[in-house]
Amino acid sequence: MEHFHTNPELNYLTNGHSLRSWLLTEDHKRIAMLYLMSVTFFFFIGGLAAAGVRYELMSPAGNMMESETYNKLFTAHGTVMVFLFLLVAIPAVLGNFLLPLMIGARDLAFPRLNLLSWYLYMAAGTCITLAMLGGGADTGWTFYTPYSSMYSNSNVSLTLLGVFLGGFSSITTGMNFVVTTHKMRAPGMTWFRLPLFVWGHYATGVIMLLGTPVVAITLLCVIFERTFQLPIYSPELGGDPVLFQHMFWFYSHPAVYIMILPAFGVISEIMTAFSRKRVFGYHMIAFSSLAIAFLGFLVWGHHMFVSSQSMYQSVIFSLITFLLAVPSAIKVWNWTATMYKGNVVLSGPMIYGIGFQGLFLVGGLTGPFLASYGNDVHLSATYFVVAHFHYVMVGGSIMGFLAGLHFWWPKMTGRLYNDTIAKWNAMLVFVGFNLTFFPQFIVGWMGMPRRYHYYYFAPEFTPYHILSTMGSSILGIGFAVPAFYLIHSLFKGEKAGDNPWNAHGLEWNTSSPPPTENFRYKVIVTDDVYDYDPVAEHENDMLAAGGKA
Amino acid sequence: MNWNLFNYPMNPPSASNFAAEHDALFYAIVGQALFFGLLTFALILWFAVKFKKGSKADRSSPQYENARMEFWWVLIPTLLGLATFFWSTKLFVDMRTPPKNAKEIFVVGKQWMWHVQHPDGVRENNTLHVPVDTDIKITMISQDVIHAFYIPAFRVQFMTVPGRYTQMWFRPTRVGKYHLFCNMYCGTQHSEMGGSVIVMSKRDYADWLAQHGQVRENLTAAQTGEKLFNKIGCGNCHGAQDLIPRGPSLRGLFGTTRETGDGRRWVADESYIRESIMRPAEKVTKGYGVTMPSYDKTFSEEDIMNLIAYIKAGAGQSIPTSTIAAAMPGIEVRDATGKAGLNSNEMQFKSERADATPTRRGKAPAVGALAVEKGDQQ
Ligand code: HEM
Ligand SMILES: [Cu+2]
Repeated sequence: MEHFHTNPELNYLTNGHSLRSWLLTEDHKRIAMLYLMSVTFFFFIGGLAAAGVRYELMSPAGNMMESETYNKLFTAHGTVMVFLFLLVAIPAVLGNFLLPLMIGARDLAFPRLNLLSWYLYMAAGTCITLAMLGGGADTGWTFYTPYSSMYSNSNVSLTLLGVFLGGFSSITTGMNFVVTTHKMRAPGMTWFRLPLFVWGHYATGVIMLLGTPVVAITLLCVIFERTFQLPIYSPELGGDPVLFQHMFWFYSHPAVYIMILPAFGVISEIMTAFSRKRVFGYHMIAFSSLAIAFLGFLVWGHHMFVSSQSMYQSVIFSLITFLLAVPSAIKVWNWTATMYKGNVVLSGPMIYGIGFQGLFLVGGLTGPFLASYGNDVHLSATYFVVAHFHYVMVGGSIMGFLAGLHFWWPKMTGRLYNDTIAKWNAMLVFVGFNLTFFPQFIVGWMGMPRRYHYYYFAPEFTPYHILSTMGSSILGIGFAVPAFYLIHSLFKGEKAGDNPWNAHGLEWNTSSPPPTENFRYKVIVTDDVYDYDPVAEHENDMLAAGGKA
Repeated sequence: MNWNLFNYPMNPPSASNFAAEHDALFYAIVGQALFFGLLTFALILWFAVKFKKGSKADRSSPQYENARMEFWWVLIPTLLGLATFFWSTKLFVDMRTPPKNAKEIFVVGKQWMWHVQHPDGVRENNTLHVPVDTDIKITMISQDVIHAFYIPAFRVQFMTVPGRYTQMWFRPTRVGKYHLFCNMYCGTQHSEMGGSVIVMSKRDYADWLAQHGQVRENLTAAQTGEKLFNKIGCGNCHGAQDLIPRGPSLRGLFGTTRETGDGRRWVADESYIRESIMRPAEKVTKGYGVTMPSYDKTFSEEDIMNLIAYIKAGAGQSIPTSTIAAAMPGIEVRDATGKAGLNSNEMQFKSERADATPTRRGKAPAVGALAVEKGDQQ
């Protein structure tokens, strides 16, 4: 076996301590850690804005701020959460860290581009933050024209510039994932030995590559119209106001899959590892990721059923949207079936994973209400939509992110956290989440529009908002607690060892934390993906417990 | 707090022809969702407990693929999805197809109010009065950004887009007062851009029209359009007959097909007429040159609607009240008295706007700020 050169005592964390060695690193694992810190920071900012919005809505006439401030707060919340957290969190942190490890590569295909993507991301975050500090933007994260291009007097251009830069960060990440998956797999790592996490990120990479340029152009055009009065979206200048919606959703619907496909990958890994059993329907899950990435580009019009798009367009978009629901449903059932006849270990990551499934189920099952556009005519743009996309995107991405972070934390840091606290916290998040967002389905069904500051004219909405705000406080605690026990584990946590969960996968074959080159030996893959043996394992358990085999 | 925390209303009122079918579809999907959701989550929890590591459950011959089962997993949700799709599509097509003889009301959205114009000249802001059991077609446009006209109790909404007319229709079925919302984020006072829809019995509605002298403009929309037509001097080019070489006559134009110089054909509908006024060079009727100036900066959306109403009603000839009355069944049409000319009318509109525009929290809401009619309290 070929031996790599580094000192076996060193890993990617200890190999160089200077600030410079971090800021100029080309190691995908260090870049992932940079991302982890920045993503957490922006999540905190976005969370603060959310808290402001929620507390203001406790009372129907508001009592903390004026409408202008309120509008800027929800815009800040949406923009930061979508562009600086949801689109980035799992792919840039977990994907960056794990994708090369899982396929036995020493790094991503373009390490320097990877570093550039982090700088672009930070530039994006800086623009968006500066725009917020300089007074904020009030367009909502969807930036609908001509409000954003001609009417808003807020910091729209700077915010858009931020989103634009973030887009390039996304494109470079996507390119890295696609090329790495094609070109850098270790010998023996065939396509159908790829972990489902890699399939999920591969599909995500394709969407990032194909979709993001479109939104970049779309937003650039808004800047042009604002600055140079070019006639693009505003009818006053001779443009088309609905054009923006087509272009925006052409990216932004697939973008929700950028947020959720990586989470599917995480959950697939966790379900199989903690059921101690090969995932059920591996091929189905892999292909459904590709199907989602493909069909995701064909449904953007379901955001526009009540715009001026033609009735026939709506028919087609509705139909394809229903078809798109199917691959998502398949995944949930496959994960469920994975547990059947396994040896289920209810560890912290597993509880987060099961929580993910509960939330994603609610989110997915409320999709048909909006996809069937006879109903969408009433529900579109109400709190029902807010609840729906929070269940899928927030429930999906954040629960997936937390699950994955807990699962691979020992690999990333070499330390174990307190699993009991993690389990209880996962349940707290689940309860808080449902209390926050379920009432919003009802208040939306009753007709409350989204992005409303006041509702004194409709006091019947009040109790639901109070419930929701109470829930969000619980949820906030649920999001904060992991920061404490995870950081605590860095200093006081037990050493993790190479494979604390006794899981399959190349990443568990290297040390924790991994060395700079990922593996000390050249990797050759000989066994199948998820090669667990639940039956033998069960028999061993029985023997160990003193029973008969 | 004057709201009872233990009172959780669960449904919006149902007050239109669409509500019942919409709700049936809604609850059908709720049923599907509950069935699949509970079943799946129960299975997840049950498996997690039953196959917990070390439990005694039977684990012999585990399966990792099962084509037959996966086939059903795909087929059943696909079929259910398709069934829901067809049902919802039928409902939507109904909602998008207004009946021919529906009473037409014009709505202009602007930051941040709804301006409503009934065809016989009555106007109101942020309030919409409609007679019960009557098909109503709303034709709407926005004067600035995109808004959405949303009446939850009727289960209808549609965006209003600047530069483009959109339509929706409904038949109110229950007398009462319902929310009217703007449901597309449109800037600072988005949440206060709304008011109420007041459904009245046909008789009350007629009374309301009769009593509504103050806000009521004594001209029909078509007649206001005619005044404007004459004031601007459109007839200098568009005569009563096709005699003037500068422009085609507009008489009977509405609904006919026009051919442009390059041979393309267009139906002269509202949008066509509006475009011809705003950007006349765009579609020049065959046989004419680009002579007409653009009135882009001259007219408000309301003016253009009036002009369209005039052209619809015939144009080029003074319209006898009886013609309009025939075109608008159920509405009492008055003769023009000449007392309220265009200018006084415009001033009145401005002051209405000032009254109704909500400014800050704590002040009177936009709701019904203008329409202070007595029969408000139902
Ligand atoms: C895979 C997970 C999903 C994610 C991440 C997701 C995310 C989203 C997001 C972000 C919105 C935009 C809300 C807005 O800002 O207007 C949305 C709306 C919508 N979603 Fe999903 N969704 C998912 C699954 C589904 C499914 C399974 C369906 C249908 C079966 C569906 C149908 C819709 C429709 C029709 C809308 C438009 C609603 C409206 O604008 O009125 N979604 N979703
Ligand atoms: Cu609006």
